[in-house]
This record gives sequence, structure tokens and C-alpha cells, in this order.
Amino acid sequence: MADLKRLGLHDLHLALGGKMVPFAGYEMPVQYPLGVMKEHLHTRAAAGLFDVSHMGQVIVAPKDGRIETAALALERLIPVDVLGLAPGRQRYGFFTDATGGILDDLMVTNRGDHLYVVVNAACKEADLAHMQAAMPDCDVGMVGGRALLALQGPEAAAVLSRLIPDAGDFAFMDHGIRPWQGVDLWISRSGYTGEDGYEISVPDLAARAFADRLLADPAVQPIGLGARDSLRLEAGLCLYGHDIDTTTSPVEGALTWAMQKARRTGGARAGGFPGAERILRELAEGATRSRVGLRPEGRAPMREGTLLFATVEGGDPVGRITSGGFGPSLDAPIAMGYLPSPLCVRGTTVYGDVRGKRLPATVTALPFRPATYKR
Amino acid sequence: MKYTQEHEWLRVDGDLVVVGITAYAAEQLGDVVFVELPEIETQVAQGDEVVVIESVKAASDILAPVEGEIVEVNAKLSDTPGLVNEDPLGDGWMFKMKVDDLAALDEFMDEDEYNDMIA
Repeated sequence: MADLKRLGLHDLHLALGGKMVPFAGYEMPVQYPLGVMKEHLHTRAAAGLFDVSHMGQVIVAPKDGRIETAALALERLIPVDVLGLAPGRQRYGFFTDATGGILDDLMVTNRGDHLYVVVNAACKEADLAHMQAAMPDCDVGMVGGRALLALQGPEAAAVLSRLIPDAGDFAFMDHGIRPWQGVDLWISRSGYTGEDGYEISVPDLAARAFADRLLADPAVQPIGLGARDSLRLEAGLCLYGHDIDTTTSPVEGALTWAMQKARRTGGARAGGFPGAERILRELAEGATRSRVGLRPEGRAPMREGTLLFATVEGGDPVGRITSGGFGPSLDAPIAMGYLPSPLCVRGTTVYGDVRGKRLPATVTALPFRPATYKR
Repeated sequence: MKYTQEHEWLRVDGDLVVVGITAYAAEQLGDVVFVELPEIETQVAQGDEVVVIESVKAASDILAPVEGEIVEVNAKLSDTPGLVNEDPLGDGWMFKMKVDDLAALDEFMDEDEYNDMIA
């Protein structure tokens, strides 16, 4: 793994028995000795600690010092209401391209006098260049020297409150800066598991001590990428490059909820983002296909790439699974994929080609498991 | 007990050969969530894909170690695939084969040789 970058907490992962694999250019722990299934269930039952330091943390600082400048600059690239985002609040979004496809998905936070944006590891260099080119009125820079940890699960608030006394006062998608042992923690109450929890940016020099403190809590186990994937799949959350990419529009991706009124036709700042023509049209008229949840019958998982058919025999494929596996909390296989809109009706049966056999799967509402966010 | 390069174990039981996967293989696969077993009374050639094991991570094939007939499968695995992780050498067995010539097993590794391979 010579060409791979190492996380700041690499030694911690080795000490914890993490099995390291290449992911998005980094050596990352895919699982610890507990194993994917138990790590998943532990996160749902207590609290899991994830190292997501590979992700890109970006600061967007307006050159004129006005947050509105940064918000409007970012709105040139994403179909999201950034101007309406209150200080200390976070919101999901995505960069679109001229054809209405998705370049990456992101979380954006209003931090009073600047924006804090978290993007995917595999896209972060491209995202940074994209933002710098389109936002000459802002200084856009990657944050260096900070780890990003996620603490997720029903015990997360109690665990973090032992270190940060008012952590429990954060609501879902609140963001704040809190001192801990002489450094600033950037804390968001959000995550990628469908659980209550936090994402915490911590300076590298304090990251090991902070992670050790969290792991010393009996409620906390380290969780690898394997369980991160099954947790987000149960929560119906997209994995960029799989469930959404440049070939999928946000409407096809069933992400209309993330595009607020202000950016839609008739809104105060309608359009003005790449691909607006197509995206606004699809918002009004619907798309020809959509991302849906699928519950395969029986126990055989339908993996990414599985072709979907409308009938048990004959015909051409009508869609494809983009994420699929086993949902430990549901004790059943689950998947997400794209189907033509007429088939995107709950209860519709489609057929996935699994090793040459067409097995039935039922179109299901997402998420598979209701989220437990503290709103 | 004999072992294959593909991390299967083979145990002679009368005139039958019982086949499963080793503890090492089960550990590498991770938590098994689905096992697709072959039809009984199927004739298989050496190297045929006879079982598919799906773990939380990925699907893997189990190959027929020798030529023969599948005469019994471990139906318990349909409902409790986790037996492959809990007891890979016992209750997690996969299938039984009727083999014409048990001498065909001589080519496989014994326990020491297998342990050297995975060391």
C-alpha cells in the first residue's frame, strides 16, 4: 500500500487491530476484531467511533467579510439555499455539472463569518479546484492538520457530554466550536448512519488523546468502513460514485428534499447553478427514473451492479442496483437502485439477476430503518 | 481431515466426503449472511462452483474439491448461515459427496501442511 496516504490516527487503528484496506487513496480500517456485523449492531445499540479524516474539510471565506458573499458564491455551484442557512447550522447539498449530473455531495455549515464545507475524499481535490475557479470573491482552502471523527449511536450524546458538557444541547444539524484541552473542536450533530450522533473535527495534535478518551468509554467501539457502509445503506443514504454520480441528476437520485424553495422555479433565487435547466424541469415534471429502496425476498443479497428486470423472464434490463448488501439491523438483504418511474411505486415487484437467476425484490420506501436524529 | 488450496476441509465419513470451509476462511470472509447450497443428487466435476457464500462484505464460491455426487446438504445453513462462523469445522459443514475413489483425496494437504500455507 505504498502509494496510499495514511491517516493521522493510523497507529491507533493498528493498535486497535484494524484491518487496513485501500479506500479513496488512503489506508483505511475496513473492520476491527469485532467484525462488520457486530460493529454495525453496536453502533445501533450504543456508540461507534469512525475515523473519517480522509474526507475534505474546506473553508470558504468571503473576501469582503460578508457571509452573504460566500453563501451566494456557493449557490452558484449547488442547487441549495445557502443564504437562508442560519449561523451555527449545517445543511446537505451537492455540486452539479452543466448536464445536471452530480459532481459530489457535501455538508455545508454557516460559521458566522465563513462557510465550512465537508466533501468526499475521492473528489476533494477536484471540488477544491472547482470552488476556487467559480468563487473568485472568496478564499477557498482545504483545512490541513485536522482529523475528522464521527461518534454515532444512541449513547453518543451521553458519551460526548462527559467531555463537552453542553453537547446534548446541540440539535440535529447544529454546529459549534468548543474548547477541549486547549484546542478547538468543531462539532456538528450529524452523521452518516441514521443514528443520532456527532461529527467532530479535531486538530491532529489532540486527535489521538481525544479518540482515546472516547474509546475509553465502555459504550464506544471503533467502527470500520464495512459497518459504515451497511449503516448508511439501512439509513437510505447515498454513497457518492455509486448511488449518485455525474450520470444521475438530483431528481433522479431522489434528493429533491435537499433543494429548497428559494432555488426552485418561482423562488427568490431560482436556478443559477450548473444544470439548472434540466434540474428545474425535472423538479416540475418529474424524472424518467428514480432511486428507490429494494427488499430482496429471501436471504440472498443483491450486490451493486445487479441488473433489474420488470418480469421474471425475458425483456431487457430496466435498471441496476447501485448499493446492495445485508442489513444487520433488519436481518435481511437490502439494496438501492434505479428504476423507470412507472415502477417506482411501493410494493412493486422487480427481479434482480443473481448468478443467472431472477430473484424477486420489492420496491420499498427509504430509509429502511427510521432515523433517530435529535431534531 | 484434508485441506484444499481454496481453504476447504474434507472429512471422510464412511464412503462419503463431508466438505466445509476452514476457520481461517470463515474469519477472512467475515460474518456469513447467506449460503446458497447445491441441489442434492447433482453430479459435479472437480472445480465446479457448488456453493455460494455471501458475507456482509462479498460473495465467494466454494468449489467441488473432487468429482462426485452431492448427496446431502446442510439445510440448517439456509436459516442460520452464521453457523459457518460459529462452528466452521462442525455444524457449519456445507455438503456431503459420494466419491468413487477416496484415493482422490490423497493429493490434498494435511493439517500441518495447511497451517504452513496460511502461516
